[in-house]
Amino acid sequence: MQNRELVIIGGGPAGLSAAVEARKLGIKDVLVIDRESEPGGILKQCIHTGFGLHIFNEELTGPEYAERFIEEAERLGVEIMLDTMVLELTADRRLVAINSREGLVEIKAKTVILAMGCRERTRGAINIPGFRPAGVFTAGTAQRFVNIEGYMPGRKIVILGSGDIGLIMARRLTLEGAEVQCVVEIMPYSNGLIRNVVQCLEDYDIPLLLKHTVVNIHGRKRVEGVTIAEVDDDMKPVMETARFVSCDTLLLSVGLIPENELSRMTNIEIDEVTGGPVVNQRLETSLPGIFACGNVLHVHDLVDYVTQEAVLAARGAALYLASGSKKYEHIPVVTGDNLRYVLPQRINVDAVLEGKVNFFMRSVRPMAKAELFIESEWGVIKSRTLRHVRPSEMISIQVSRDEMIGSEIIKFRLQEEGGRVEHGN
Amino acid sequence: MIDVAIVGGGVVGCMIARKLSRYQLKVVLVEKEDDVASGTSKANSAVIHAGYDAKPGTLKAKLNVQGNPLYDEICRELDVPFKRIGSLVVALNEEEVNVLEELMERGKNNGVPNLEIINREKLLEMEPNITSESRAALYAPTAGIICPYELTIALAENACLNGVDIKLNSPVIGIRAESGGGLSVETPGEIIHTRYVINAAGLFADEISRMAGAEDYSITPRKGEYLIFDRRFGDIVNRVIFPSPTKISKGILVCPTVDGNFFIGPNSNDVREKDDVSVTLQGIEEIVRGARKLIPRLPLMHVIASFAGLRAVSNTNDFVIGASKKVRGFINIGGIQSPGLSAAPAITEMVVDILKEEGLELKEKSNYNPGRPQINKFRLFNNEEKKELIRRDPVYGRVVCRCETVTEGEIIDAIRRPLGARSLDAVKRRTRAGMGRCQGGFCSPRVMAILARELGIDPLEVTKCGSGSEMLKGRTKEFIETGGVKSAK
Repeated sequence: MQNRELVIIGGGPAGLSAAVEARKLGIKDVLVIDRESEPGGILKQCIHTGFGLHIFNEELTGPEYAERFIEEAERLGVEIMLDTMVLELTADRRLVAINSREGLVEIKAKTVILAMGCRERTRGAINIPGFRPAGVFTAGTAQRFVNIEGYMPGRKIVILGSGDIGLIMARRLTLEGAEVQCVVEIMPYSNGLIRNVVQCLEDYDIPLLLKHTVVNIHGRKRVEGVTIAEVDDDMKPVMETARFVSCDTLLLSVGLIPENELSRMTNIEIDEVTGGPVVNQRLETSLPGIFACGNVLHVHDLVDYVTQEAVLAARGAALYLASGSKKYEHIPVVTGDNLRYVLPQRINVDAVLEGKVNFFMRSVRPMAKAELFIESEWGVIKSRTLRHVRPSEMISIQVSRDEMIGSEIIKFRLQEEGGRVEHGN
Repeated sequence: MIDVAIVGGGVVGCMIARKLSRYQLKVVLVEKEDDVASGTSKANSAVIHAGYDAKPGTLKAKLNVQGNPLYDEICRELDVPFKRIGSLVVALNEEEVNVLEELMERGKNNGVPNLEIINREKLLEMEPNITSESRAALYAPTAGIICPYELTIALAENACLNGVDIKLNSPVIGIRAESGGGLSVETPGEIIHTRYVINAAGLFADEISRMAGAEDYSITPRKGEYLIFDRRFGDIVNRVIFPSPTKISKGILVCPTVDGNFFIGPNSNDVREKDDVSVTLQGIEEIVRGARKLIPRLPLMHVIASFAGLRAVSNTNDFVIGASKKVRGFINIGGIQSPGLSAAPAITEMVVDILKEEGLELKEKSNYNPGRPQINKFRLFNNEEKKELIRRDPVYGRVVCRCETVTEGEIIDAIRRPLGARSLDAVKRRTRAGMGRCQGGFCSPRVMAILARELGIDPLEVTKCGSGSEMLKGRTKEFIETGGVKSAK
């Protein structure tokens, strides 16, 4: 049994950022465990640019962004255990991990940061009818084939879902000489960043079919085509509009799910909306000494936010190591009108770091203009006008300790302006 | 000259192959796909039925009841998971309670042991998630669950070890009676001369029979669709839960799997083509509607896969088993729809008897081995066993499929075992790699690399399920030369 100060599960952007910050804060013994043979997580296959605009004021590629943290981690003496899979985690922070060199490793950690990232939703999750031939891939798997392995998953491609990975793969595959027939999106708006819709589809004349979906997959051995159809307002396909699109490959970009199998095994409280643990302002989960950050907590649209969050988790771990577990009284953070979720889900106002809390949230639908209200039982604490709210783009707002002090509850709600007026409950 | 040629590598063909491999015989099994268990045997309800359902007097009824108890020994010998968890037929109204009485009576006539009608309270105690509208249930403790493709593969591996020649990728294109006696079976690769042909070709048994000039009957494909759920919800039911049956089908059930998942399905629709295993929107809606009547709160957000299988329904609506009266040495096993899996061991016994009657001499081998090499199911090992396994061979320390915790060692084993895996699906059926909640999103590139390395082939040649299902279309930069890029604005 090894004894460790801080074990970080996952060596992607969240895990690496947390490790770097933890070392800077003076934690001597920082171990990062990663399944893969190289650190960097999914960034390794994201060879497009757009990473680091907030953190570095530069446009980096995924591997470049990762490399900065890998080098920093190495310089600061972070230990990274690669090719290693964590099989078990207990509430008292015992871990069982395996790899080929050391076999089965048992570790007792004083603190743990969960940074396992997320996985892609699959065909099964959205029940696409039809045959089950070769040629149906998630966009991320296709990205790995193209960018890391050097293979093309297909020549003539339809993409279902306009998540960012799907949009980026539309461009990537086009640049590699494949024909991307169209991107099909069931919602009336794209689920990706606007900049990706413009730079990956519009610039290459790739049609984006909103309010459409795939209703059949053809081909016994390999995909020979798909049937697409418009959907009505209840998202039910209108079969009269069905048409066949010839292709050899269908890529799915239909959402990401935080990878919380290990957390569930540990009986950490999970938020069924975010799919990640319920956390407080220090990103501490329902289990003392276990923190979470990055896509395992909730799915992010920008890696820069992941890094910011990881820094906060590392600070939480450092405080825990310095002062031990404290029994906090939390007040609930309530998700009100027009918001899908708000994170953190609860806070202790007295223990707020640096006098402020960064709240992250997502809207339920796009709005041209909206007013964000933050309320306590006494009334509105703070409000802000937002332009072009979109479910794909996370809203972040800082609320100071002073603004929240004395409240028993903090509630966030979004009110569309110039549109329908919805009253808070 | 071969003694027996078996056409079809489904559960029936493979079980007969294994049975015959204990005798001093030359046996060949030909299968058109790239693996055994590639048709009906891979996509069905995986239930070993108690035997109350089939009409008394039919082969279905007789062979089901005879076959069920034989599973304990077969699974023990082959180290195949089999759980005798029992089944419940649930009645939702008075009319259906009457159906339960009928079923129980029929079951007793068929010889099914320990049938019992239980009341609502007992039922809810046994199955807390079942609908509160239930009235009573028929409890059949002898029903069980199994993994039908794991069973079929195990049977084939054992047959292989005991000398049966299993020829994959070998569709039968001709069968002829030879002038000097015996039959010739033609595949694209060769002509097999044999004394007996056993037609276990599933959906295609009618065509094989006609091809040989034997009895004329017809097989209609009847589709059943399924949804399978994340293992997290595997304990939603403890037993096989049936609705009250209708005339055409046992209905849409809710059923645990031996691997810890659960599924709902199947519906029942005749289709035109024998390879139409497509899932339909209406079908999914139908099985969800059906299953909800039994379990109102289904975790529909956690479906991991949908699939369809085809029942081989004969025009007599019963199993068609017997030596041909027209072609000497040709034995038909047709129309093996449900409860075909349950009946398979008894079908096997029956076919052996037929072969004896037809003049085949059966002498036991002295060196018959009823088992197969152990499979290291890493996921099911305890920490000490895991430690020891990795110490012995470090390749078990690398997890390839993270959802199902399948290690590289297990994948290499699957490729190197008797009748080793040659495709992604074949690896999946042997190891569960790719069968979890991410459905291969993470592990498929890694499994493909291992397959290519082990088989000494190019990654471009790796298939999902045999020739024509290649996973990749080319190398990067390749299409630019032949296709060209649309210019950016």
